[in-house]
Amino acid sequence: MGRDVTALRIRDLTVSYGETRAVEGVSLDVAEGESVALVGESGSGKSTVLKAITGLAPDWTGGIEIFGRPRGHRPDKALAATCQMVFQDPYGSLHPRRTVDAVLTEALRIHGIRDDDRVSRTLSEVGLDARFRFRYPHQLSGGQRQRVAIARALILRPRLLLLDEPTSALDVSVQAEILNLLKRLRAELGLTYLLVTHDLPVVGFLCERLAVMRGGRIVEVAPVAALRDGAFADPYSRSLHAESLRHDTEADP
Amino acid sequence: MSLAEWLTTDAPASRGQALAGRAHATARLLARNPLAMVGIVIVLGLVLVAAFAPWLAPESPVGQNLSRRLLPPSAEHWMGTDELGRDILSRVIWGTRITLMIVALVAVIAAPVGLIVGAVSGYFGGWADRLLMGLTDVFLSMPKLILALAFVAALGPGIENAVIAIAITTWPAYARIARAETLTIRNAEFVAATRLLGASHLRIIAVHILPLCTSSMIVRVTLDMAGIILTAAGLGFLGLGAQPPLPEWGAMISRGRAFVLDQWWVATMPGFAIILVSLGFCFLGDGLRDALDPKGRR
Repeated sequence: MGRDVTALRIRDLTVSYGETRAVEGVSLDVAEGESVALVGESGSGKSTVLKAITGLAPDWTGGIEIFGRPRGHRPDKALAATCQMVFQDPYGSLHPRRTVDAVLTEALRIHGIRDDDRVSRTLSEVGLDARFRFRYPHQLSGGQRQRVAIARALILRPRLLLLDEPTSALDVSVQAEILNLLKRLRAELGLTYLLVTHDLPVVGFLCERLAVMRGGRIVEVAPVAALRDGAFADPYSRSLHAESLRHDTEADP
Repeated sequence: MSLAEWLTTDAPASRGQALAGRAHATARLLARNPLAMVGIVIVLGLVLVAAFAPWLAPESPVGQNLSRRLLPPSAEHWMGTDELGRDILSRVIWGTRITLMIVALVAVIAAPVGLIVGAVSGYFGGWADRLLMGLTDVFLSMPKLILALAFVAALGPGIENAVIAIAITTWPAYARIARAETLTIRNAEFVAATRLLGASHLRIIAVHILPLCTSSMIVRVTLDMAGIILTAAGLGFLGLGAQPPLPEWGAMISRGRAFVLDQWWVATMPGFAIILVSLGFCFLGDGLRDALDPKGRR
C-alpha cells in the first residue's frame, strides 16, 4: 500500500500572545519523510507555529495532529518521543554548567532508558567523537554546540524534527556543515522536517515544499522547484523570491 | 600524564574528570586574588581554631579566679582577664566554636529556603509569585536586628533561638536574588529544550535552574556572614543570644562595657575577633564572586 502517512496535520491554527494574534488560520500537512519549510520575514509568525506544535505557546485554537494523535496545549512525554525541536541559538540552547554527556543522558533518564551506548552512538551520528562527550558548552565552537543540540533532539529517536532557523546563528562555513549533516540525518534516519527559515537557499537545499507566511497567515504553498523558475502565484512570494535572488547576485558578482 | 594536565585537558574522559577540571579552574581564579587568599586564610584559621579549641586555649573558658580579675594583657594572659578572672584569650578561642556554629546553621537553614522559594516563585510566576514575594516583602520591610529581636523575645533567649531568629530574617534576601536569577533563566532556550524532552517542572527547577542560582547565592551568603556574625553578636550583647557563662563574643563585649574606660581589653579583644572574622568572610565572598561569575570567563 503506498498510502502516505501524515506526520503533521495543522488545521485552522490561531495562536495568540495575550491580546495579539501571532498566527491566524494556518493549515498545513506534512507527509512522513517529507521536508517542508515555513518561510517569511521576521514577525510573520513562522516560529510561533513551531512553538504551538511543541506546546511552548499554549494559547492556541484549531487542531494539531502528530502521526494521527491530537496534541495537547503543553509539552508532554509522549510528544517528546516522537517530535523534537532544534533551536536557533546554539549558545542559548545548551545549559552553561552541564556537560554534553549530562545533556544527553538526562533525556534518556527522563524516559527511563538505560542505554549508555546510545549517548556515544548519537554523538557519532552528528559527527562528534568521544572526546567531546564530557566537555562543557564553553569548550565547544558554535557548530559543535549546534551538533550537540541536534544530538539532544535525536537521542529519543523522534520521527518528526522541528528546525527553528538552525543555521542562522552560525558562520557561513559552519552553516554548510550543519546543513549537510541535517540532510544526511534525514536520509539515514528517515526523519520528517518542518523547517523555519528566512533563508531561501537553505530551503532549496533541504526541502521539497515551502509555505510562505506573511502577517500570521500562509499566503502560498509551493513546490521547491518554484525557487528555480520563480513560478509563485502570490505577489508577496514573488517579491520575497526576487529579493533573495538580488541578495545572491550581490553576494557573488 | 601529570595531574595538572589531567585537570586542564579539554577532552575529559569521564564525568568525574570534567567536574574536577571545573573545580580546578575556579580554585585557580580564586588563588589569583590576594584579598580572597587573605579571606581564605582567616576563615580556615577560624575553622582550625574552633576544631582545636581544647588544645589551643591555655585555660578553661569558664574557670573563675577572683584573685586575678581585670588584669591587663601580659605574657601570662595575652588578652588580659575579665571581671571574674577568666582568661580572655581562652574565651575568644572557645568563642570561635559558637560563632562558627551560628554561621553554619544560619547558612544551612536560610540559604536553601531562600533558594527554593525564589526559584519556585520566579519559575511559575502568576499567583505563586505574588504570594511568595508578598511574604518575603513583609520580612524584608523590617530591619533585620529588630525582627530577630522580636523573634528571640517571642521564642525566649538562647543560642538556638538566636540562630532560628537570624535564619528567619535572612532568607528573604536570598529568595529575592534567586527569583531575579530565575526570571532571567526561565525563558532560556535550554529550559524550553529540556521541557520538550518531557522533563517535569520539578526536574527543571532542581537540575537546571537551582545550580545556576547557587553561585550567586554562595557569594551572597559568604558576604552576609559578616552581617550574621554581627547580628548574633548584637543579640548576645543585648543578652538575648548566648547566655552566660558561654564565651560568645557579643556577650563578652556586653560584659566588658561596664569597664570599657579603665579596662579597655575586656571589650576590645572579642571586638577584634568579630572584626577579623567578618573581614575574612567579606574578602572570601568578594573573591568568590569574581571566581564563580560565569560571565567573568569564557
